[in-house]
Amino acid sequence: MRLSDLPRGTDAVIDSVDDHGSTDPVAHRLRELGFVPGEAVRIVATAPLGGDPLAVRIGFTRFALRRTEADRVNVHTAAGTPA
Amino acid sequence: MTTLNIALVGNPNCGKTALFNLLTGSRQKVANYAGATVERKEGWFTTPAGHTVRLLDLPGAYSLNATSPDEAVTRDVCAGTYKGEAAPDLLVCVADATNLRLHLRFVLEMRNLGRPVVLALNMIDAARRGGMEIDLPRLQAEIGMPVVPTVGIRRDGARSLLTQLDETLPPVPTPLPAGTDLHAMVRQILSDCVTQSTPLSDRVEERLDRWVLHPVWGPVILIVLLFFMFQAVFSWAQPVMDGIDAGMGWLGQQVGQLLPDGVLRSLIVDGVIAGAGSVVTFLPQILILFAWILALEESGYLPRAAFLLDRLMSFAGLSGRSFIPLLSSFACAVPGVMATRTIQNPRDRLVTILIAPLMTCSARLPVYTLLIGAFIPHRNIGGFLNLQGLVLFGLYALGIISAVVVARILRWRNADRQEATLLMELPAYRLPNPRDLALGLWERARIFLLRVGTTIVSLTVLLWGLSSFPAPPPGAPGPAIDWSLAGRIGHLMLPVFAPLGFNWQICVALIPGLAAREVAVGALATVYSLGSGTDTDQAALQLGQMLPTHWSMATALSLLAWYVYAPQCVATLAVIRRETSSWRVVALAAGYLFALAYVAAFLTYHIARMF
Repeated sequence: MRLSDLPRGTDAVIDSVDDHGSTDPVAHRLRELGFVPGEAVRIVATAPLGGDPLAVRIGFTRFALRRTEADRVNVHTAAGTPA
Repeated sequence: MTTLNIALVGNPNCGKTALFNLLTGSRQKVANYAGATVERKEGWFTTPAGHTVRLLDLPGAYSLNATSPDEAVTRDVCAGTYKGEAAPDLLVCVADATNLRLHLRFVLEMRNLGRPVVLALNMIDAARRGGMEIDLPRLQAEIGMPVVPTVGIRRDGARSLLTQLDETLPPVPTPLPAGTDLHAMVRQILSDCVTQSTPLSDRVEERLDRWVLHPVWGPVILIVLLFFMFQAVFSWAQPVMDGIDAGMGWLGQQVGQLLPDGVLRSLIVDGVIAGAGSVVTFLPQILILFAWILALEESGYLPRAAFLLDRLMSFAGLSGRSFIPLLSSFACAVPGVMATRTIQNPRDRLVTILIAPLMTCSARLPVYTLLIGAFIPHRNIGGFLNLQGLVLFGLYALGIISAVVVARILRWRNADRQEATLLMELPAYRLPNPRDLALGLWERARIFLLRVGTTIVSLTVLLWGLSSFPAPPPGAPGPAIDWSLAGRIGHLMLPVFAPLGFNWQICVALIPGLAAREVAVGALATVYSLGSGTDTDQAALQLGQMLPTHWSMATALSLLAWYVYAPQCVATLAVIRRETSSWRVVALAAGYLFALAYVAAFLTYHIARMF
């Protein structure tokens, strides 16, 4: 499933980050910030007025991501199988 | 002994600036990098063994693969390729010990620069309190460079770093082979060297963020904070301002008694003291405003506010990132426009620059305060709100709402469908450090007073000259200023501004207000004190009590509306030109602001006259 579909408060693990187009600076930056396969993530908050952006905890760090950015990140929930 | 050039690098929010302040104290110089609009902070200190160190605080970066002008400067200075910057002898890479997973990746990038590097493991105390044990000798071996623990917020927190600096420079670290998976390496180092005993969910951030980022409580907390900020600016500053006001009045009287009646006395008392005095009075307000913004920034709250407001900002076609430049613009549009450099998307950046002048800057406060104090009754509403504070709040709100509308129109005109990005770190919460706040405030106060001392005083003196010469013929009827150059210019401008309810004195004051908005207050004081023909220093300092007898309520409201929009700040226009390298953008900004100001003042004046 995509990170943007992950319910708030559920632990998940990153599978991959998709590039949108051939050179995708957003995907590149996401990887540099630690969105790499195997990292544990969790959505800690969603913003008012429509739940966009998301506050995501990865490791010791929290990031604010818009849903379009979180769409690039594929995750599976820690307990279950990739959806 | 030669000077050692050291550059301080690290991720944003690693506590680099606190460490910089700790090392250099007040021996700092803030300027811009040659040929770039990135802020350059440099400081000096002497190590215990007597080495002189020139320390450069580089902009925070997540990676040497730069995505913003700030990161590009950091990359080039570290590489020693930045034109006009000496290559650093040593890089001190700062990493937050509580956030090593993110920060160590950047530290590893430093290994391939071919320069000696020392890792400063900052906030080591917070890491220990959070139940984290770090095996320093092992970390040092695995990361391939000397590691020193530091605590940027404690007086002796840089001791180990200073000891390290007194030793011979460490060897250049062995570069990592190309294609090394830095994340995998960081993970390995962390599992080898760090043990975490307390679960993550118990951390302060987790507990606070449950409230601060809550969809309902989050915005409530934000609104309460902003509201108190504006109430504080208006009411807490008052006693100090009254004190300065009285002091200036006393000074004017003392000097007036010392000097013989004549041109010199008029110049000093009416020009310099009345002009500068009425502006210095507003220093407490400006400092309170800056103190709030600095404290919000230092505490880590500001990016959270950006998170909460992102949706609202996207309604204006912007991202939450635009929030910080726009909030800075409440202090002054110049740093606000400069802060837009952190916005990667060029279109977002341009729109943010264009609407930044609509945020009510602190230079408008003197004008607002004067007019609100003089015309709006000091009355309590609902027991704890006061009407003057509410009107001030309303003026700020008007600027914000207009900015949203303008941004929408600009977006619609410039329908570039590029994806807007946010991707922003929400840093750890931190108690603002008094020393860092004090240094930040001192910097603002210095800039403000320098402006008073140079630009503003010279402008008030120029205006005094325009208002005093030529002198009226002996026995001429009416106030002297009517005969002067300023009076003539004011009268010439009058046909344009009369439909807004402005009289010629206001027109005269608008001229020097171009250089700095707050000068308009000094200018009014000068114009009225010279025009009153009575004891001048008294009149100048009691402008607030005098205005209601000269202006109607409609005129005062119209001038307030004018000031919400008017492009009356050469410094802002100059910084827009510098940041965009385009006169077209400058013309667009000045043109639309003037049009808005004119229409708003016109409507306000005519609507207010109906009551």
